[in-house]
Amino acid sequence: MAELSDKAREEFFSEAQEIIETLSRNLLSLDSSIKAGATDPSLINEAFRAVHTLKGLAGLFGAVRLGALSHRLEDVLDDLRLGRIELAQDVLDVLFGAVDAYTRILQAEKADSDEELDVEQLFVDLERIGAGATEHQSPVADYELDSGLLAVLTEYEEHRLRANIELQMQLYRLRVQFDLSTIDKVLEEMKERAKRHGEIITYLPTGEATSADTIELDLLMASRDDLATLIGSLGADNVVIEEIPRRARRSANPGTLPPRHQTAIGRPDSLGMRGDPERGGIDQAASLRSLTQTVRVDIRKLDHLMNIVGELAIVRSAFGRVAEKLRGEGQRKLAAELQRLHRNFDRRLGEMQDGILEVRMVPLGQVFDRLARVVRQISRDVGKEIRLVITGAETEIDKLIVEELSDPLMHMIRNAIDHGIEIGQRRVEVGKPLAGTIALNAFQKGNHVMIEVEDDGRGIDLTGLTEKAISLGKLSRSEAQELSRDEVLALIFLPGLSTRDVADDVSGRGVGMDIVKTNISKLGGVIDVHSEAGIGTKMTITLPITLAIVSALLIQAGKHTLAIPLSSVSEAIAFDEGAVRLVDGREVITLRGQTLPLCRLDRLMGLEAAPDVASRRRFVVVAALGQRRLGLVVDFLYGQEDIVIKPLGKSLGRVRGFAGATELGDQRVGLVLDAAGLIEEVLAGIDVPRTLERASG
Amino acid sequence: MPRILVVEDSASMRSFVRNALESEPRGSALVDVVEASSGFEALRLLPRGPYDLVITDINMPDINGLELVSFIRKSDTHKGTPVLIISTQSSERDRTRGLALGANGYLIKPFSQRALLDEAWRLLATDVAHAKPHG
Repeated sequence: MAELSDKAREEFFSEAQEIIETLSRNLLSLDSSIKAGATDPSLINEAFRAVHTLKGLAGLFGAVRLGALSHRLEDVLDDLRLGRIELAQDVLDVLFGAVDAYTRILQAEKADSDEELDVEQLFVDLERIGAGATEHQSPVADYELDSGLLAVLTEYEEHRLRANIELQMQLYRLRVQFDLSTIDKVLEEMKERAKRHGEIITYLPTGEATSADTIELDLLMASRDDLATLIGSLGADNVVIEEIPRRARRSANPGTLPPRHQTAIGRPDSLGMRGDPERGGIDQAASLRSLTQTVRVDIRKLDHLMNIVGELAIVRSAFGRVAEKLRGEGQRKLAAELQRLHRNFDRRLGEMQDGILEVRMVPLGQVFDRLARVVRQISRDVGKEIRLVITGAETEIDKLIVEELSDPLMHMIRNAIDHGIEIGQRRVEVGKPLAGTIALNAFQKGNHVMIEVEDDGRGIDLTGLTEKAISLGKLSRSEAQELSRDEVLALIFLPGLSTRDVADDVSGRGVGMDIVKTNISKLGGVIDVHSEAGIGTKMTITLPITLAIVSALLIQAGKHTLAIPLSSVSEAIAFDEGAVRLVDGREVITLRGQTLPLCRLDRLMGLEAAPDVASRRRFVVVAALGQRRLGLVVDFLYGQEDIVIKPLGKSLGRVRGFAGATELGDQRVGLVLDAAGLIEEVLAGIDVPRTLERASG
Repeated sequence: MPRILVVEDSASMRSFVRNALESEPRGSALVDVVEASSGFEALRLLPRGPYDLVITDINMPDINGLELVSFIRKSDTHKGTPVLIISTQSSERDRTRGLALGANGYLIKPFSQRALLDEAWRLLATDVAHAKPHG
């Protein structure tokens, strides 16, 4: 794929990714519909369409492996949608296997890697399923169908036609005139109404429009209802409904419907792109619209726009200062005018910022869909029955965060299934339902998004965890006795800690929980864990809604101006040096009856003290994330400002304690504190001085 | 300047076709490519024609490519417009169906930029009313 432009490549990958996600969603719906005892033919057809499109794209972009898999999968899906193969659980398993294979192939293609991907077994399975296909006799010839109509039927439509005839449905032709400008809307309404009576199989433009603005369509419809009922429900000035009579029985006339080919490659994969029988008209309207009104945008372009907004914000501040200056020089009229402009500019800039942010937002459902697949897979692998309950899939969060959430959440869910949920027999013994429940809840709380992963398993073994930590030398036995319950639970986030001695293939609790935590911190979030023995475990992730722009509190520490994201600031109070106590060698103050650990920013960061520090009033900024709080002692509070955080360069990128840099109004650059990181570092009490030394150096 | 209507529901495929067509103007002629992402959109765009060539996929929601071809051939305004079908439908059934309905060419996806250009320019140069189906 080397000769393609980057843009075309990206477009291809993003479309392929979307298609695979659609396919996965369809399979999941099919899975639940099989369990409910009724499959929806339109879901199979959609899955077929997805794979079909993917095959076309793969060919176009020379993605050979993607094409080969699509080709085989398409054959099987074609047999499924045309009723030649029964959709059973084992077939669905193979199809899910194909989704996983797609994901791996796509990653390899993206990386331009020629790595061998083990898909042989999948191909064998697909072949085996395909071999079970059976032929159907066509009853279509029994009807006096216009050959012009039959000629434009895709194979899927033919199949739907046959299926309806087999169900003893009566066929109708609806001749409908539409105004071209309103056809989408009117047709959707009509489909919606028709759904109550049966299925519309095809739409053929007759070419006999009365004017240039209208179009006439012949709709072929199958219905259980009689003509009078249909006319009563669907009839209108622009609709003529006729019954299609059954032919006098005679030997079938095969002329209109040529027999199907059965060669492996040259299969007539005609595309039932429509006639989705049970599918709601509204859905179809939505898909039609999305085809024409959606654009894909690289998130980096949005970042670029956001940076420009950030720079405009600096211009805005300059306006403000000029206005102040003018007023100071007695130019009141000019100052007032500039002030008005400034306010207007401010408002519009705010709107623009909101607009860009909104574009970056995507529903968490995107990642939840993938997780649903993982749950299904793992629960089969380990032989535990799992019920996944998702709430809040519509909660929106920054696209970049969603991308980075997938792995940590997957790991947490694996842990929950593997170590949290007991085996079925054990569950029954302790009076729990056989199937374990994993709840994935998302909701917005202020300018944070909370994601909970909750299981009703055995809970975390606190004693085992403590013993393990001691045996690994993470803490001494006496230290262990001092730990609060929450602190013990937090031990699972230490590297290398596992409640199991032998980590298995699927996960191994602890292997990765430290990485999960690191990844969440990188997104400016924190993770909290609650667990009750025998009842279950709940992990709560708190994330900022967006990474692009933050409201920050500008402060001075030593000679430096620093920004602290406001999302992690709970309050600021005056600092009283006399109220500082020492607990375990750590400085604390008491705030409303609670102990608040302190962190002197200037000292800890090795910043030079401001010359007049002794004479000045100082402040404590209380940073809070989740349930943890830390008081940051600062020299001065400048106030609140919206900032665009820019990444630190490579040399500073790994330093903990800073989230990035930002431009301050007077064209200076200020560092942005990573409050989450600081809290973790300082409160964990692990290597604090050393880490911060590193940070300042 | 030849106007070409490209009817295709995959955005990547549409851009591929557009890029191919725009990449190599023949003689002094630049092409004017109009994109439709569905059969309905094509029906809406057709009256804004005439077009010198319609390139259509078969695999589309609601109104499929075969239906579009059938409509074009029945229409007084557009019946002379050459139609090129691009589809992964590689079977004899659909090829004959498409051509029987009056399409003038059939390209099986995936195809090269070169194959598309050759076929498009062959059709643009053809007097469709007397043309024999090809391919």
